[in-house]
Amino acid sequence: MTKVTIYSPESSVRRPGLMLREMFADLKSSGELAWRLARRDISALYRQSFLGYLWAFIMPLATTMAWVFLNASGIVRVAETGIPYPVYVLTGTMIWQMFVEALQAPLQQVTMAKTMLTKLKFPRESLILSGMFKWLFNVVIKLIIIVPVLVYFGIEVGSHQFLVPVAILAILIVGTAIGLLLAPLGLLYTDIGRAIPIAAQFAMYITPVVFAMPEGGLTAKLFHLNFMTPLVLNARAWLTGMESVMVPYFIGVSLGAVLLLFVGWLLYRVTMPVLIERMSS
Amino acid sequence: MIKEEALIKVEGLSKKFCRDLKTSLRYGVADVRDELLGRPRKVDLRPKEFWAVRDIDFELRRGECLGLIGHNGAGKTTLLRILNGLIKPDAGRIEIRGQVGALIALGAGFNPILTGRENIYINASVLGLNRKLVDERIDEILDFAGIGEFIDMPVQHYSSGMAVRLGFATAAILIEPDILFLDEVLAVGDIGFTIKCLNRVRELMRTSAVVFVSHSMPLITSFCTRVMVMDHGRTVMDTTEPGVAVNHYYGLVKNKGVVSGSGGAEVMKATLSINGEALEQDDPSIDQGGQVEVTLRIRVSVPGKVRATVFVDDATLSQMLGVPVMDMNGEHIEFGPGEHLVKVPLGALELNAGKYAIMVVIVDTEDGRSICRHQGLLPFRINADRVYWAKFIRSNVSELLPIGNTATGNVESRTT
Repeated sequence: MTKVTIYSPESSVRRPGLMLREMFADLKSSGELAWRLARRDISALYRQSFLGYLWAFIMPLATTMAWVFLNASGIVRVAETGIPYPVYVLTGTMIWQMFVEALQAPLQQVTMAKTMLTKLKFPRESLILSGMFKWLFNVVIKLIIIVPVLVYFGIEVGSHQFLVPVAILAILIVGTAIGLLLAPLGLLYTDIGRAIPIAAQFAMYITPVVFAMPEGGLTAKLFHLNFMTPLVLNARAWLTGMESVMVPYFIGVSLGAVLLLFVGWLLYRVTMPVLIERMSS
Repeated sequence: MIKEEALIKVEGLSKKFCRDLKTSLRYGVADVRDELLGRPRKVDLRPKEFWAVRDIDFELRRGECLGLIGHNGAGKTTLLRILNGLIKPDAGRIEIRGQVGALIALGAGFNPILTGRENIYINASVLGLNRKLVDERIDEILDFAGIGEFIDMPVQHYSSGMAVRLGFATAAILIEPDILFLDEVLAVGDIGFTIKCLNRVRELMRTSAVVFVSHSMPLITSFCTRVMVMDHGRTVMDTTEPGVAVNHYYGLVKNKGVVSGSGGAEVMKATLSINGEALEQDDPSIDQGGQVEVTLRIRVSVPGKVRATVFVDDATLSQMLGVPVMDMNGEHIEFGPGEHLVKVPLGALELNAGKYAIMVVIVDTEDGRSICRHQGLLPFRINADRVYWAKFIRSNVSELLPIGNTATGNVESRTT
């Protein structure tokens, strides 16, 4: 049976059944390419770098040192955190960095592959998937490096961290879903790519990353409404062996994110051909 | 016999582009919105838009090769990109049966930091081929690319030719398409490599339907079974005789006369005649090997004497033929002040099919100064069934000799 392909001006959303079949078929065939592209980018990155894998750790470490200094000198007073403050900030910034990286990945991936996109036909899903692989690689490095720090501060490391992967997966899905939704517009207008890190910076201050959860007032409300709060709190709690918090909200956000990821995928898929023709070839 | 079904069917295909970037991005947002809402595409042009491809129809079967020729911006590459599914048509429909392979943008996806060998695997993945297939044929690829020990060096140290060779070798060895798209990829590397590429493409052509975009007319006439001439997005000619299409394509070239020199003489009128008959129309088409004469009316207004030479320029403005204006004694005819009418025989124009024009150069006999150099005069075309890889084409009759005749020397050769 020969494969028949039809190209017509008709929008693909008019035939949802066919579209879904094609989406999953392409996702399946994206695996190997995504893996190869991820390996390509990772090995190219580290071949050109002296500090190599350490870079995944340097940023959170620098932030931690800054905040530990601010806290110790009394410039900023952070409420009681339950665990040593350096551990609180280090885990917080690392978790936050994971989220920001996942958020930026889709747009970065398609922007980097512009030449390939305008000239070659390959499953577009592979770019997003390869971004996820690269992200996972960075996460693993971060975890490897954080373990000795936890041990140093007297936190037990072992089987009771079994929930950590769940938190990591949730962060990946939330970040990628939002990133995917922003990617199409971001491909047309570079403003989006510039705005993401700035917005993430602001969002960090209404998330318990370097600050503890505030007791009351408007900030407390913001912290509680923020969908990143349950993710960051639980990721940290599970990493450092503390009690889970805001569990229903965590589950709600995770399920919502899965749905959002699917919507983002649809959007990405439908808009890609339109966007490619607006890029220079 | 039942005719095999067409592998490519194109009906009323159109695509519009926008001239202005900012507007283009705005339209992009509008198109995305319509696409998401499932609205049909608007078929009329919005401000600042134009048709890059307009109402293209064709069908192609296995073993057929369609050549697309036209000037830059005629829509050939855009058409190929739509066929390849990279961008969506604005109107019309394409039906493609079977596996598509494209030899386009070779080496896109190469990472300069990684070695050639690593990049072969990446490139193959981008083409949708798995590791096992590459493992099986890696020696063949290396052999084809012929870049020796460089294969384990980072691609950034490659010359541009080497990178393209590697890209071509990877794609050309691995793909086994039913439908093949080619875009100007054969003009890479040295002649040895070019010939390897051409032979490989011929091999692929036997089992596939091919769409081939090129500016090389010899390639078009030797590969294609059918040629479409495109101009401003439209098909202006669609024929199974490549020679006719090439001739038509050359007819689309508008050359303008360019006059330079210090002044003091001018060509007032010029006419071409073939086999004694004057050609009245603009841009005439002359059959290869026709006897051509040019009649010039020149006016000299400098006091001294001048002499003239008539040239035939090809499309790249290089001189193919020079005919000094001489008398029967082999001396230059010297023209004094005033008007002169002179008939200059150019002989049989055994030129390769293509676009040509006359150039007249008038120099001062005293000091050799160019006082008039009139280029692009009387553009004309040479018409033939085939375009060869040569400047001059002579259709002589060869003679078969009995074997054992040892009048010829041994030929030394080296295979590259």
